[in-house]
Amino acid sequence: MAVEKKVAAGGRGAHQKWRVLTCKVGLDGHDRGVKVVSRALRDAGVEVIYAGLRQTPEMVVEAAIQEDVDAIGVSLHSGAHMTLIPRILELLKERDASEIIVFGGGIIPEDDALELKRLGVAEIFGPGTSLQAIVEFVNRGFQQAA
Amino acid sequence: MAVRKKSSREEWEEQSQAGKQPARGRGRTISGMPIEPLYTPDDLRGWSYEEKLGYPGHFPYTRGVYHSMYRGRPWTIRQFAGYGTAEETNRRYKFLLSQGQAGLSVAFDMPTLMGYDSDDPLSRGEVGHCGVAIDSLEDMETLFGGIRLDTITTSMTINSPAAILYAMYIAVGEKSGVKPAQLGGTLQNDILKEYIAQKEYIFPPEPSMRLVVDTIVFAAREMPRWNPVSISGYHIREAGSTAIQELAFTLADGMAYVEATIKAGMPVDDFAPRLSFFFDSHIDFFEEIAKFRAARRLWAHIMRDRYQAKDPRSWILRFHTQTAGVSLTRQQVENNISRTAYEALAAVLGGTQSLHTNSMDEVLALPTERAAQIALRTQQVLAHETGVTETIDPLAGSYYLEHLTDEMERGARRYFERVDEQGGVLACIENGFFQREIADAAFEFERQLEANERIVVGVNAYQEKEGSPVPTLKIGRETEQGQVRRVKAVRERRDNTSVQNRLVELKVAARGSQNLMPALIDCVRAYATEGEIMAALKEVFGVYREPILF
Repeated sequence: MAVEKKVAAGGRGAHQKWRVLTCKVGLDGHDRGVKVVSRALRDAGVEVIYAGLRQTPEMVVEAAIQEDVDAIGVSLHSGAHMTLIPRILELLKERDASEIIVFGGGIIPEDDALELKRLGVAEIFGPGTSLQAIVEFVNRGFQQAA
Repeated sequence: MAVRKKSSREEWEEQSQAGKQPARGRGRTISGMPIEPLYTPDDLRGWSYEEKLGYPGHFPYTRGVYHSMYRGRPWTIRQFAGYGTAEETNRRYKFLLSQGQAGLSVAFDMPTLMGYDSDDPLSRGEVGHCGVAIDSLEDMETLFGGIRLDTITTSMTINSPAAILYAMYIAVGEKSGVKPAQLGGTLQNDILKEYIAQKEYIFPPEPSMRLVVDTIVFAAREMPRWNPVSISGYHIREAGSTAIQELAFTLADGMAYVEATIKAGMPVDDFAPRLSFFFDSHIDFFEEIAKFRAARRLWAHIMRDRYQAKDPRSWILRFHTQTAGVSLTRQQVENNISRTAYEALAAVLGGTQSLHTNSMDEVLALPTERAAQIALRTQQVLAHETGVTETIDPLAGSYYLEHLTDEMERGARRYFERVDEQGGVLACIENGFFQREIADAAFEFERQLEANERIVVGVNAYQEKEGSPVPTLKIGRETEQGQVRRVKAVRERRDNTSVQNRLVELKVAARGSQNLMPALIDCVRAYATEGEIMAALKEVFGVYREPILF
C-alpha cells in the first residue's frame, strides 16, 4: 500500500514525498524492528533515511534538520526512552524545528508511552504493531487514528 | 488389462483431498520450510539408525551428548537476571539460589555491555535499565557478595568487554580464596554474532577475534571448568533469521573460533571441549527440536572430520537455550506463559543442557518478581511433573522429525558452502551477507503476518479490547545517580598512579601479540574501571562502524 503526501506547501517538507529519518538512539543494537519498518515505509513510497545505531539525541536532531525530514522514527529497546526521547523533543524546540514529528517504537511500557505522548510524541508503536498501522499513520500525515 | 491395485498411501491421499477439510498440499514451518501433511517410512528411505543417530553419548550425538541425559541429571535451570545496582541484583541472586536454581546468569546494563562507565555522557538514562551496572571490581565484589563461587556456576552475558568482566570474576574469586581453576561458568564472548545480529560490537573484527582467542587459550590453560565462549544463535534468530540460518551461521561462527585458535598455536583437543553453544527455542515446535538434534550431529562431524579432533569431548555440542523473546506479544500478555512453556518443552526434547524461560512481561520491560517466578516454575513443572526426563530423545525415529532433522542439516551445509565461497565468516560480515539474509527473513516473516498467512493469537486473531496497563518493573533515577557517585568514589579512593601504570602496560601488551588476560587481571585488581580499560584498548584497536543496510 502506497502513501501519498498531500501537503506540499513551501518551507520545510516542501519535497514531493514524505521524508522520514529512522534511527536507533541509546546503546542497544536491536535493529530488527527499525529495519523492517524502514523497509515497509520505503516500499510504501516514503523517502527513508536510516541513520543507524547508537545515535545521540544531538546527532538525530542535527541529521533531521540537515535532511529536511517531516518526521523522526526512533527505536529503543534499552529502557532509556524516558531520558532520550524527551531530549530529542527538547532539542527540536531549541533548534526551532518542533514541526518535525517524532514517533517511536521498541520495548516501552504502556504508561511510559502515555507519558511520552503527553510530552509531544505523535505515537509509540509497541511490539505487535502491524506495518499497515504505521504506513496508515504516515498517510494521515503522522496523526494517530481517531 | 489388469488394473493396478491402489496402494494404501494413494488411497489415503485421495481420501484426505476429498474430505470435508482437505489436507492442504504444502504447509510451512515458521522458517518457511515446506512440510507435508503426512510422513511415512518412504521419507526415510536409505536412512540408517547407526549413521544418523547412534546412542546417547556416542557419535554423532544426535540423541544427546551424555549417556544418561536427564535420567542422570536434569538440565540446569538458569534464569538470566540482573537490574539496577549490584546490591539489588545480589539480593535477587540469593533469592533465586534459595528457590532451587543451581547456576547464576548475569544480565549487564547497556553501558557495561558497550564498555562505558556509568558516569559517561553516553550512559545517561541507561544505567541499570536492562541489567546490572558494573564499573569496577568493587561492583563485582558486591554482586557476588556472600555467594561462594566454588559452589555455583556463573554465566555472564557480555561480549565486546567480555575479557574484562572475566578478569573481574577471577579477581573476585581470588579475594575470597577461590582459585581460578575452581571457578566454573560461561562467558558469552561471541563477538561474531555481534557483527551479524546483536550489534554490540566495539572494536573491528580482527582485534575482537584476538581477544576471544586470548580468553579461549587462557581458560584452556588455567580454568578447566570454564566455558570461554558461548557460540550464540539466539541473537541471530531474534534478529529475524530462519531456524536454518540460526543453525548455519552459529556453527559457521564456531568454526571461525576453532580455526583462529588453532592458528594461534593451540591444538584443537586442548580447547574444543570447552566450547559451548546457545540457541533460541522458537514457537515452531518440531522445527526447533530438529534444529537442536541437527546441531549436535553437524558439530560432531565438523570437529572430527574437518578439524581432526581426536578427543570425543571435542565433538560434542553442549548448549544453553532461551525461549524466544521475539515470540512474545504485548497483546494479552498472559498468553506468553503458554508460548514459553511450549518453547521450553521443545528445548528439553532437543536435549538442552541448560534453559532460561522468559517471563511473560519481558515484552514490555525487565520482569517483575512475580512474572520471573512463574517462568521459573514453568521449568520446574516441566522437569518434575510431565515425565519428559524419563526417557532419552523420545521423539527419535519419528518420520517427520527425522526428515526435518535431515533437512536442517542439509540446509546448514548449503550455507557453509556459501560462506566458504565468499572467503569465510569475516568476509561475510564485511560484505553484509549475514545481515542481508537476516533482514530479508525478518521482513518476509512480517509480511506473512500482515497478509494473515500466519496467525499470532491476540495480534491478528482473537483480539481483545486492550485492558489496563500491565504493571512493570521500574528503575528509578536514583539507581543511576547512586552508581555515578560510586564510580567517582572508586576513582578517588584507589591508587591512581598504579591504575595509570597498569593501563600503559595493557596498551603495550595490546600492541604486541601476547595473551592479554594477565594484563587485564592486573588492571581490574588495581580498580581500573571498565570504561578506562576499554578506552585504552580502543586507542590501540580502533572502533568498528558497520555498513548500513535495511
